[in-house]
Amino acid sequence: MSVSPEKSHKNRVKGNTMVVACTILGATAQMLIKRGTTMMPPLLDPSGGSPIAQAPLIAWKILTNLPLFGGLACYGLSTLLLVLALRYGELSVLYPIIALTYVWVTILSVFLLGESVNAFKLAGLVFIVLGVAVLGRKEKDA
Amino acid sequence: MRTPLSSILLVLFASFVGSFGAIFLKAGADRLERTVKGVLTNWRLPAGIMIYLTSFGMYTVAVKSGELTILYPMVSLGYLWTLIWSRLVFKEPLTRNKFIGVGMILFGVLVLNLGNR
Repeated sequence: MSVSPEKSHKNRVKGNTMVVACTILGATAQMLIKRGTTMMPPLLDPSGGSPIAQAPLIAWKILTNLPLFGGLACYGLSTLLLVLALRYGELSVLYPIIALTYVWVTILSVFLLGESVNAFKLAGLVFIVLGVAVLGRKEKDA
Repeated sequence: MRTPLSSILLVLFASFVGSFGAIFLKAGADRLERTVKGVLTNWRLPAGIMIYLTSFGMYTVAVKSGELTILYPMVSLGYLWTLIWSRLVFKEPLTRNKFIGVGMILFGVLVLNLGNR
C-alpha cells in the first residue's frame, strides 16, 4: 500500500513550502538555460558535412555546456520535489503556486540580465503573489 | 506582428494537454512507495512527465508565429483546467479561495507580460 501523509494543517504547510522551493529551482533552471543557449556555438557547422556525421560533435557541444546542463538538472530536481510535495496537499492548491516562478524569473532578469522594470511588471508580480497567498490561505470549511 | 488563430488554438490545446500532466503526477505521487520496485513500477510519474514534454513541444511549435506577449500567458490557463480535473478526479473541493487565487494569478501573468512588450 502507498503511504500517504495525513491531511493535517502542518502537512499542507509542508507541501506549500516544498512547491515554493520548486519554483526557485525552476527559475534558476530557466536562467541557467538562457545563459547556456546564449553561449552555445551554432550546433550545425555548414561546412562540416551531414548532420549525422556531425552528431558526435553536436552531442559534445551540448554535454560540455555547463549552464545548460545545470539548468536541465535543476528542472529535474524541481520535478522530483514537486512530486514529493504533491503527496502533502491538494493538487488544486499546490499546482497554481508554480506561478511564483514568473516572479523569480522577472526579478532575476532585472538583476542578472539588466532587464527594465515598469509598472506593468510590478503590478503583475503583485497580483501573482497575492493570488498565491489567497490559494495558500487556510480554508474555513476545511 | 499578428497572432494567427492557429497559434492561439494550439497554445490553448497545449495548456489543456499539460494540465493532464499534473493529474498524472499527482496520481503517481499519491501512490508513491518507498521501495525501488514501487518507484520503478509507478508508470503514472513518467506518463505525467511525457505529457508535459508533449505539451511543451506543442507550445514551441505554436510560438514560432505570433506574439509571445499573448501566447505565453495563455499557458497559465492550465491552472484553471487543473482546478476542474482536481475536482473530477480527486474530489478536491472547489472553493472560493481557489477561484479567486487562480483568477488573480492569471490576471497577474497577463499584466506581467504586457510589461514585457
